[in-house]
Amino acid sequence: MNPVLKVEDLSIRLPVGADRPYAVNKLSYSLYPGEILCVVGESGSGKSMTANAVMGLLPKAIQVDKGAIIFDGKDLISLEEKRARDLRGNRISMIFQEPMTALNPLMRVEDQIGEVFLIHSNLSKQQRKARTLELLKDVGLPDPEKAMRVYPHQLSGGQRQRVMIAMALALEPSILIADEPTTALDVTTQAQILHLIKELQRKHGTAVMFITHDFGVVAEIADRVVVMQYGDMVEIGSREQVLNQPQHPYTKKLIAAVPPLSAPDREIEDRAGQKPALSVKSLCKTYVSPGGWFKPARTVHAAQDVSFDLYRGETLGLVGESGSGKSTVSRCIVRLLDADSGEILLGGSAIQDLDHKALVPFRKQIQMVFQDPYASLNPRKTVGRIIADGPIAQGVPVAEAMDRARELLKLVELPETALERYPHEFSGGQRQRVGIARALAHNPQVLVADEAISALDVSVQAQILELIDTLKKKLNLAVLFVVHDLRVAAQVCDRVIVMQHGKIVEAGDTKAVFEDPQHTYTQNLIASIPGADWRSEHQPTAVGQPA
Amino acid sequence: MSILRKLSTNKVALFGLIVLVFLVLVAIFGPYLYETSPWKMVNRPFLPPMENTDLMLGTDTMGRDVLAGLVYGARISLLVGLISTMIALLIGVPLGATAGYFGGWIDEALMRFTEIFQTVPSFALAIVIVAIFEPSVYSITIAIALVSWPPVARLVRGEFLALRNQEYVLAARLNGQTNRNIILREILPNTLSPIIVMASLMVATAILLESALSFLGLGDPEIMSWGYMIGAARTVIRQAWWLSFFPGVAIAITVLALNLVGEGLNEALNPKLSGKRES
Amino acid sequence: MSIQTLFYIAGRLIKGLLVLFVIAIFNFFLIRAAPGDPAKVMAGEAGAADEVFLQQLREQFGLDQPLYYQLWVYISNLVQFDMGQTYRQQMPVFDLIMDRLPATLLLTGTAFVLSLGLGVLVGVIAASNHRKWIDSAISVAALVFYATPLFWLALMAVLLFSVFLGWLPAFGMETVGANYTGWDRVVDIAEHLVLPAMTLGLFFTAVYARMTRTSMIETGRADFVKTAKAKGMSPARVTFRHTLRNALLPVVTLAGLQAGQMIGGAVLTETVFAWPGIGRLMFEALFQRDYNLLLGVFFISSAMVVLFNLVTDIIYCLVDPRIELTK
Repeated sequence: MNPVLKVEDLSIRLPVGADRPYAVNKLSYSLYPGEILCVVGESGSGKSMTANAVMGLLPKAIQVDKGAIIFDGKDLISLEEKRARDLRGNRISMIFQEPMTALNPLMRVEDQIGEVFLIHSNLSKQQRKARTLELLKDVGLPDPEKAMRVYPHQLSGGQRQRVMIAMALALEPSILIADEPTTALDVTTQAQILHLIKELQRKHGTAVMFITHDFGVVAEIADRVVVMQYGDMVEIGSREQVLNQPQHPYTKKLIAAVPPLSAPDREIEDRAGQKPALSVKSLCKTYVSPGGWFKPARTVHAAQDVSFDLYRGETLGLVGESGSGKSTVSRCIVRLLDADSGEILLGGSAIQDLDHKALVPFRKQIQMVFQDPYASLNPRKTVGRIIADGPIAQGVPVAEAMDRARELLKLVELPETALERYPHEFSGGQRQRVGIARALAHNPQVLVADEAISALDVSVQAQILELIDTLKKKLNLAVLFVVHDLRVAAQVCDRVIVMQHGKIVEAGDTKAVFEDPQHTYTQNLIASIPGADWRSEHQPTAVGQPA
Repeated sequence: MSILRKLSTNKVALFGLIVLVFLVLVAIFGPYLYETSPWKMVNRPFLPPMENTDLMLGTDTMGRDVLAGLVYGARISLLVGLISTMIALLIGVPLGATAGYFGGWIDEALMRFTEIFQTVPSFALAIVIVAIFEPSVYSITIAIALVSWPPVARLVRGEFLALRNQEYVLAARLNGQTNRNIILREILPNTLSPIIVMASLMVATAILLESALSFLGLGDPEIMSWGYMIGAARTVIRQAWWLSFFPGVAIAITVLALNLVGEGLNEALNPKLSGKRES
Repeated sequence: MSIQTLFYIAGRLIKGLLVLFVIAIFNFFLIRAAPGDPAKVMAGEAGAADEVFLQQLREQFGLDQPLYYQLWVYISNLVQFDMGQTYRQQMPVFDLIMDRLPATLLLTGTAFVLSLGLGVLVGVIAASNHRKWIDSAISVAALVFYATPLFWLALMAVLLFSVFLGWLPAFGMETVGANYTGWDRVVDIAEHLVLPAMTLGLFFTAVYARMTRTSMIETGRADFVKTAKAKGMSPARVTFRHTLRNALLPVVTLAGLQAGQMIGGAVLTETVFAWPGIGRLMFEALFQRDYNLLLGVFFISSAMVVLFNLVTDIIYCLVDPRIELTK
């Protein structure tokens, strides 16, 4: 079979001053009709570069150095711009990562899709309208008639991505390039969109280049896989080959870092006689979105009658999709938000009604590790001050607090020299270690990890998870792990709580919940995890748990 | 001092900075080095420039030295610009910080208040204030400050609103830090770059405002200023173009230099901290 | 227009009226904060010697009554468009201002349309040639006009076009004593309008050009522009159909905010060109120390700004479908 797209010895140069000379270096691979080729890599691997070169979307500062991209007998790199434009959106089309920003906010859906016909075809206005409606039906939008007339802000993220797909497939292109199209979506929406792409691809025989960082997604939809590292293609092969018998050490490392979905066996301790470190009783929190003068206010129940206990030495997972209320609950517990009603007992004392001053001593007992390693450290403070300022605010003498900060750095496996340096000198994973050190500066009993690893690359995730687990054992911490990634939850949590629309729908020992989910929502959630079949049997090389 | 280093790599901004330094030197030392009083009649009126080597820029309607006026006028322009900006910052920064940090009804109330000040045509308001409280350096400075603070308040509020839910600020709250500490030590230092940029542009605007007020005859009668010189020469423009030309150029150069420095600062400071810091 | 839109506009209108109310109170206290007898302050330089006139003022504004009563009188007069009399012109302040308002509206309106059109055009040209010489040239020119005092620019325009070249009239709105009618009058006024509108407009052209340029460049980096390019559109089409429309939103907002600045600019321009509008009236009031007239002009110009902001809000509402959600 002839490839529909052939990348030949492609090198793309980065501007002077970048971390390496080439974005991609001597890249060669082919895309065949009717296949889904996944291009996988961590951030900065250059995985999107080829796609952008194909679409003519490379930033001006980045230039193709040499090589060719052959489509339909023509080299897209040297092709005259006007003729290349005739192919884009027509024979080759693309969908992007951020559904929220990829559509023009001022244009109706109908006009944005119709534009494709306007540019590349001679359809009349009626015909364009009819085709657009058909497309919206094809991508499974509810009420396509109405969807024609709406503006993007009136659609949800998943719906917008469907509109993008309709737009991309409007002229039945030979190639669809999908650049992380499901990364910004929730897991159940992601499953639907992946399913849709696969279905339409089968139906039209489109060749798909699917760019992703997620091996679960690869396992779900790929026919063949390209693995990228620092601009080099380190491995190419069929899905089975790459996922199950990876050859290159980097691929092996990446795959090993993906937590298997099955929960390991854990000793279930009997907590009957113990007192919980944290006890939450009937917590409720309702948001009333402020209406305008004449606009009715909208209410969202972010937490409804949420109750649970957390003991020292265990990790409790708080699991759910965005909007499930898991973040609200965690923020109420640490008193960043005020709950409407309910009790929060920290070591037996009720803290839900304490004011700013009375709360100060309790702050020591419960601390938080945040999600974004870049936003969670004040860029204008040294790492030493970042760690020590908490205890200093609590009255610990400066010298003593700095000594303690030095010890903490050792504990989170950072060099002592980090003390005098600023956050921007560290990588994401290192910053997250600083964040953990700051949380531990008070010797807390309860540690709330709020999506503490979701902004990190998968190989770094594993290290941070391991660190948290080690610290939990060493310091006998009670860890509340707020997480949307069920693979992670399966690996690190002793027990999990599943939330939906502000309510707890299921709670139990991790293994039990994953192997025999009771609530339909939990079942749906687990079934939606991409690549659920892959690696659920194997026993893992993953970190942070007894082998 | 890496702001200065960054500025010096930007040629346009560096040019602005050099001009500005020169103007500041003139404002400080000019009156000592160039002792001719701008009020004293030194020659016949309407002496055109270049005719007398002692009076390079000629004389005005009353035979006063135009160059002396320029030298003495630099002081008042820069002084009023600087001080009114400082006062505006003293009003705008705390107000914006309070509104942005606390949010809720405090924010609502403070922003309504700011909005009123922003709706009122600012130059007209400045005129009214100066006119009613009698023209003087003080009333002019206060009037300019009163019409200049709303943009500061809005900027600072916006920054605080964005930063108060940043995770490092939440971490500080969890640490039990006081609101005062969080505002002053965690958030404010991270809003300084845009405030500095805005301040440099505000000095420029204030200088323009001062000159416009003086032009309308609302200047301090005791002090020679560029705007007054142009205003006084307005009616004789057909006979003596140089009387309004030179002071205008002086204002334009000063304001331009400040704008160039402001833009340079903006480019140097604002490509939103990729974690970078001046050390 | 949907119900929400109407409610939104109604809300804005109420807010505008509240602003005016606060300004009125501010005016009231300003007069009383001025040093000296409020009646004398109100009467102005010329009227302060006329005891009959002062007595008339005291009665009309209840100046011998308690403060709250005075405020009541002041506000209720204002609601009926009564702002008192001027001594020199022997005319109600409100009528005098209304007499002069059309000239100002003509001047600022022309300058506004001119500067917005030209500014957006120039800004788009600069942004489309980002980092090329034409962009630099436009940016430098914009920066220079931005830094030049308006009144000085006006004087220099008079010097160049009127004194040296003799192309255009420098003063007034019409040729005195010519008594043109019909089309001739229109041409005559247009000729007089060129210089003031140009000088007033140049500064704002610079403002809008800079804003449009920045906004175009920023919007050009947006994801949906990438989507449009991926559809295979020509760069010109991407610019006009996708980038420009989104980039203009902040420019519209700015244009609304600049309305107040324009009134301030009109004071200076009208003073230089002897343009018989309310800006010139303000200068005259200043000159005659007629504070009642001064505050009247101030109030009416604030009202104009409020009105203008309302118009901008309505335009924004029609252009941006998201507005109902955000406010």
